[in-house]
Amino acid sequence: MEPIKQVEGRAIPFGRKNVDTDVIIPAKWLKTITRDGLGRGAFEALRAEPDNLFDSAEFKGSPILIAGDNFGCGSSREHAAWALLDLGITYVIAPSFSDIFSGNAFKNGILTVVLPQDQVDRLLEVAKTDPISIDLETQTVTTPFQDRFSFEIDPFRKHCLLNGLDEVGLTLARDAAISTYEQKHRAELPWLATGTGVAA
Amino acid sequence: MTDRQTQPRTLYQKIWDAHTVETRDDGTALIFIDRHLVHEVTSPQAFEALRVSGRKVRRPDLTLAVPDHNLPTTARRTASGARVPIADPESAAQLDALERNAPAFGIRYIGDADAEQGIVHVVGPEQGFSLPGATIVCGDSHTACHGGLGALAFGIGTSEVEHVLATQTLLLKQSKTMEVRVEGDLPAGVSPKDLILHIIGVVGTAGGTGHVIEYRGKVFEEMSIEGRLTVCNMSIEAGARAGLIAPDDKTFAFLKGRPYAPKGEQWDAAVAWWKSLATDPGATFDKSVVINAADVQPTVTWGTSPEDTVAIGGVVPDPASFADPSKQDAARASLEYMGLTPGQRMDEIEVQNVFIGSCTNSRIEDLRAAAAVLKGHTKAPNVHWAIVVPGSGLVKRQAEEEGLDQIFIAAGLEWREPGCSACLGMNPDKVPPGERCASTSNRNFVGRQGPGARTHLVSPAMAAAAAVTGRLTDVRKLVG
Repeated sequence: MEPIKQVEGRAIPFGRKNVDTDVIIPAKWLKTITRDGLGRGAFEALRAEPDNLFDSAEFKGSPILIAGDNFGCGSSREHAAWALLDLGITYVIAPSFSDIFSGNAFKNGILTVVLPQDQVDRLLEVAKTDPISIDLETQTVTTPFQDRFSFEIDPFRKHCLLNGLDEVGLTLARDAAISTYEQKHRAELPWLATGTGVAA
Repeated sequence: MTDRQTQPRTLYQKIWDAHTVETRDDGTALIFIDRHLVHEVTSPQAFEALRVSGRKVRRPDLTLAVPDHNLPTTARRTASGARVPIADPESAAQLDALERNAPAFGIRYIGDADAEQGIVHVVGPEQGFSLPGATIVCGDSHTACHGGLGALAFGIGTSEVEHVLATQTLLLKQSKTMEVRVEGDLPAGVSPKDLILHIIGVVGTAGGTGHVIEYRGKVFEEMSIEGRLTVCNMSIEAGARAGLIAPDDKTFAFLKGRPYAPKGEQWDAAVAWWKSLATDPGATFDKSVVINAADVQPTVTWGTSPEDTVAIGGVVPDPASFADPSKQDAARASLEYMGLTPGQRMDEIEVQNVFIGSCTNSRIEDLRAAAAVLKGHTKAPNVHWAIVVPGSGLVKRQAEEEGLDQIFIAAGLEWREPGCSACLGMNPDKVPPGERCASTSNRNFVGRQGPGARTHLVSPAMAAAAAVTGRLTDVRKLVG
């Protein structure tokens, strides 16, 4: 997973409340075999509109999405996070997120920034014309106009995101413990260590 | 030895303790996984994630890949040996992905036309890949099935599939334990499927939530391994993560000589360890349910939840008879979908379809039970679609050696290639909208067997009886 540190760029001033994961990625995209390419289905209904924000010359490819309250509610599909990543979005700012979505976002290396509604409103205004900056290390969102908003994040999640550690990465960091266990397991219960007999 | 290991422990606790790599401050533990079964539906994104991050499969030798969900159950090769193309492009893409991913990551792959191919939960025990005391996972909720051998087996999601492929471990919180103790003997003509349907009816679909069930009592000791696999398979329908039955001499006899089962001295050592796994006298469970075996009748479902069970001699219940208002609403919606009215006799409900198969009931004993009922009969004229889908190519071959296929065909049933088939209709095997199916599968959910399909869960013998009479039927009246 790519580490998340800081970003400066144009942010999509979306702002809509209660955007569910069916809106982020409709169900018909779920029988895929890849996480890539889901960007094509991301916000499909909204992007069918000719002048939509996501495909405008100004905002296409922006790494930051500014959303409304309760972003990512509804179905637990992990495809919603995959779809955002495929669109190039790795930072989402909103007044609140659904628990499942923020868990899936974290698992896939997306930073979800929670700020009060009035600060989100200010960022939505600035984003129309100017870039904004997010710094995970200092936990701040800033604008070229001296706005400086601080956000909270679970220290464990911060550590994982800063270092690009996903859950698999974290467990892989316990490689020595797993190897020690494997040796003991093989010695005590050798028939369980054999499996199909292909080379390990 | 720690105090914990000198205390009486349950079968679950013993397997958990033997697989703990390390325990964290918050109580979660890194658990080592001995066996990982992989099929084509829940694995593509997991393999892709490994590829993107440049990771490899830590223990390809503990991983076995078999396609099952999307495969058609009609011929897969032409007379000249060429592959018959798969019509649905998305099914074909998932199957292709597994066929490419398994060798790319060094994993043993059993192909669509191999004799050993079948439903992962039939193949695992059959190959001796699934063993007592092992931790077994698969991206499929019916993985609980392997608990019939005394393995701790449970379903996982795609992110966890990736986690196991990369690390051979899972980060887990320990489950609570639940004992389902069945006392006495089952009446004649009552099968393991009837018993588990009855148990789910008593426990409810949320009764086992957060728990691992251990099935205990003389009934299970006397039950065949096929029957134990059927019982544990449906633990998930009682809300439990896993189901377990202590391994015994029947388990060892079932496994001995199978391709991946231990051999020689290792076999003897394995048996000695397996014998030590049974729950210690004095060990306690967090929850206990006692079932009187004499109460169990041939059982069918009337609604759209596996807990909606009733004895075949019973009637469709009145939604008002349920104490819980939300259950009343659910029952009303179920009856609307199922096209049934309260008070209607279950044994007067006509079926147009019969499905004998699925990871719950597609093993040789299941096919024998169905064939014993069908022998000398033909299916009723109102049953226009009746298929028998063996759980694996080896089950199919065994059934053919015993002449069971000829009994099915003579009775007017279709004899198919192995796979998940009409249990969930990801392949072309679907029940038409509005029609009923007597099905040996595990879920009677709305639309599960096809949009608008009405499923009645039954045992293999009961499915065969329904094929003969064209309605849900007490099999004991037919063969009595």
